[in-house]
Amino acid sequence: MSTNPNPVTPTNSDETIVKKKLGVGFWLCVAWLGLMAFIALFTPLLPLKSPTQNFLDTANGRPPYSPSWKHWFGTDKDARDVFARTLHGARISLAVGFAAISAGFLVGGTVGVISGYFKGWIDRVSSFVFIVLLSFPSLVLAILLTSLIERSLLTISLVLGLLSIAPVGRLARAATLQFADREFVLAARQIGATNRRIIIKEILPNVAIPMSSLALLGMAVAVVAEGGLSFLGLSVEKGITWGGLIQLGSESSKTLEEAPWIAFFPILMLFLTVLSLNFAGDRVRNYFDVKETTL
Amino acid sequence: MAGTGKAHLRNTDDVLLRVEDLVVEFPVGRTGLKVNAVSGISFDVLKGETLGIVGESGCGKSTTGRAIMQLPSPTSGSIVFDGTNLTALSGEAMREARTKIQMIFQDPISSLNPRRNVRDIVLEPLSIWNRGTKAEQLATVDKILEHVGIDPERAAESKPHQFSGGQCQRISIARSLVLNPQMIICDEPVSALDVSVQAQVVNLLEDLKKEFGLTLIFIAHDLAVVKNISDRIAVMYLGKICEVSSSEDLYRNPAHPYTDVLLSSIPVPDPTVAVKKVSVEGEPPSPVSPPAGCRFNTRCPNASDRCRSEEPTLREIEPGHFVACHHPLFGGEAPVTVRNS
Amino acid sequence: MNPPDVVRSEAEPLVETVEIKTHFKTPRGIARAVDGISIQIRRGQSLGVVGESGSGKTVLSRSIMGLLPRNGVIREGSVRYQGQEIGNRSSKEMRAIWGREMAMIFQDPMTSLNPVMKVGKQITESLRLHLGMSASEAMTIAEKLFRDVRIPEPTRRLNQYPHELSGGMRQRVMIAIALACGPNMLFADEPTTALDVTVQAQILELISEQKRDRNMSLLLVTHNLGVVAGYTDEIAVMYGGKIVEKAPTKTLFADTKMPYTEALLRSIPRLDQPSHSRLATIPGRPPDIVHPPKGCRFAPRCAYVRELCLNEEPELQQASTPDHTYRCFYPVGSPEYLERKVELTRKGEFVSTGDMS
Repeated sequence: MSTNPNPVTPTNSDETIVKKKLGVGFWLCVAWLGLMAFIALFTPLLPLKSPTQNFLDTANGRPPYSPSWKHWFGTDKDARDVFARTLHGARISLAVGFAAISAGFLVGGTVGVISGYFKGWIDRVSSFVFIVLLSFPSLVLAILLTSLIERSLLTISLVLGLLSIAPVGRLARAATLQFADREFVLAARQIGATNRRIIIKEILPNVAIPMSSLALLGMAVAVVAEGGLSFLGLSVEKGITWGGLIQLGSESSKTLEEAPWIAFFPILMLFLTVLSLNFAGDRVRNYFDVKETTL
Repeated sequence: MAGTGKAHLRNTDDVLLRVEDLVVEFPVGRTGLKVNAVSGISFDVLKGETLGIVGESGCGKSTTGRAIMQLPSPTSGSIVFDGTNLTALSGEAMREARTKIQMIFQDPISSLNPRRNVRDIVLEPLSIWNRGTKAEQLATVDKILEHVGIDPERAAESKPHQFSGGQCQRISIARSLVLNPQMIICDEPVSALDVSVQAQVVNLLEDLKKEFGLTLIFIAHDLAVVKNISDRIAVMYLGKICEVSSSEDLYRNPAHPYTDVLLSSIPVPDPTVAVKKVSVEGEPPSPVSPPAGCRFNTRCPNASDRCRSEEPTLREIEPGHFVACHHPLFGGEAPVTVRNS
Repeated sequence: MNPPDVVRSEAEPLVETVEIKTHFKTPRGIARAVDGISIQIRRGQSLGVVGESGSGKTVLSRSIMGLLPRNGVIREGSVRYQGQEIGNRSSKEMRAIWGREMAMIFQDPMTSLNPVMKVGKQITESLRLHLGMSASEAMTIAEKLFRDVRIPEPTRRLNQYPHELSGGMRQRVMIAIALACGPNMLFADEPTTALDVTVQAQILELISEQKRDRNMSLLLVTHNLGVVAGYTDEIAVMYGGKIVEKAPTKTLFADTKMPYTEALLRSIPRLDQPSHSRLATIPGRPPDIVHPPKGCRFAPRCAYVRELCLNEEPELQQASTPDHTYRCFYPVGSPEYLERKVELTRKGEFVSTGDMS
């Protein structure tokens, strides 16, 4: 028995508590991500140069051309506009990242919450499955799977989604377990709520917080994973991806030396996007953590 | 001491709850062992009565409270509430039965969903059972919130962590009243509160009991609080009931050695009263392997061989006062019973 | 164990604080947890510190021992141990005092003991560090300590981990650790709150006994007025970071001056009261230590409040009874108090609680 007759309760907290702000950094990240999302969605409509066209300009010598007013990010060896290609690359990279984490959440999250809530044999089975999935080195599995299948946006997303089921599921389960034993769940049961109602109205709103933080962090991982796959040439076929661009830009040390911009800009975009996702995810977690504890 | 023995059960018309031979056991992980949380107790509660259940950790009092609500269902035993045998009910029927018995818990903040507005929390039971129109439901909620001393407007836009412990407990009480239950089980409702706030909540419960015609079961480890609010008290030890009597009689004439130990261990806020020397050693044995015979025999200053082998049953030693002990502090030795395992 | 220093006069306090303040920087502002406390503890004396949430009682004991977080804390005032100033010492310097001169027993033994270290080692570690003993010497002393604190089968228990012991046992281990180097001053911060009442009685008896045998001073922090009544010589009642009444134990109960103390005493249910006695309550909640009320901190909740109380903060004053100070303009027994009491009784708001005088 550990009863604490003096819990540290927030005194006079009905006065305005100084709300822990998400911070300027968070909003900058959100802005960047918003921008990326916008680009990913509307690239074909934007007044960009064509990403596949060769903009040979014999007056300036042989490509690759360095960044200039005509080509903001320069061109690659085939005189294709790096800026346009980088922005196009955002489409697949972000789409895959988003789809993968969504699939992971949908399946893994659902299984995790149900296991954590009902426990018993459901939990034992799903935990076993999770452990099995986690035991595979994900990179190797990703490479294996993608080299066997027809590589489209859908299939790549599904592969990465499959790999994210276990980590997401485990977190969802842990978060659910944490809340399922709390007295307010017991209280809901004793007023006559059905299990379904309890999961939706009591558990999910609480679990949603660590999960949303995980969603952002997970998407970062997915984007990086896709980048890795496309660097190896194993991502979506016939698509422009950041990984692919980076691979092309770093084919040889000569290319890197003479035309570093070809690889640099895609790297920069990838880096900023992943950084924003990570930072935002971390901020979200911090922000909601505070609410549970007091002075 | 035993929970076996039903000498103390009453047979009048106004028995609201009757629990017989309640057994609750939990498995210990995968070791095959089990925790004998409650080992065959029986008790009853009359309409309008407040029954206090008191005991230290591991005695099974909280488990008993939850078992009545079938949360989770007990291992065996019968629980008859207002004529209905709760243990025989199906899931759906039990869900409905729960609207007549409500529960309040120990940790005030943990009993409320941190992500929901207080008003929604109190509205939830009405919402689940579709009692009246939305407007009627809100009106009921607001009225009850005011009754327990919470401003309904604040409740509409605030979350539990914005309230103090005492206020959260009031909110829990409001939630439990909204369905107009017949009985409320209070599981250590004031243990986590400051002393001055405890008094507020205890007074509130007494007031509400009168106003709403409630029957209460008050579970706590603080005998002084339990005595204040209860009409009748059952003392539990390691899964068994050792003494049942009215609050006054229990204090004035404790019959069971354990009750006596409990009473003398409570520090009295009066420096002129000498501190009594502690008469019991050690701590309660584990409920996984409780002692044979009377479960208190390992620590009882009066234990005899009989206590180590034979479990005592509850018997009446003065009107309304029952004790399960072979050598109680008064009332004479327990008659030798024919052993019938 | 330190031999009594015969050169020093016994009247000089062992531990003394002069107007100490401990303020924490929080997102909401400065939390004035301890706001000007002066106490003296003599050798062999036990002082009880009583209060509710937000009173600052836990912070007080930690402030004296110097166990405060490094950042976000503002300290003022002086803390003296055996006449020497220790309030401004760094953690490094304080380590010489912790364990050897002063020790603390905490509320929750489960979180205060290292879960991955055998309990015996947790004691011997302290002995070897502070007293430079060898491993075997330390083990012998540890075993003796376990016997002193009445842990059955001490040799076996030394090799166990905290989670293998019950709550009461763990608390005994913590006491053994605290006593290991023979400190002069023992701080007990709600040592029995997390324990069952029968175990609580045993532990309190144990602390009391050890204090007597070792001639230690004791600062006992608790919210439980029953505990403090039986085990202390003097009591300080804290409210909102200040001491609102301080008196020898018997005096505090018999001749309460501060309405808060009186209200607190009356709100405790007592076994000798009849059932269904109405408990006297203190309306409202403990004060906000970030934005304390102007004037007396208890004024917003006091039944005897008057204009002056809301505007000015009362100073500590001497009562007619010896060693008794309180902080109130209209204490219990004063004409204004009696006048108000009559009014309240007439209105039925002064709840009579039986034999509480």
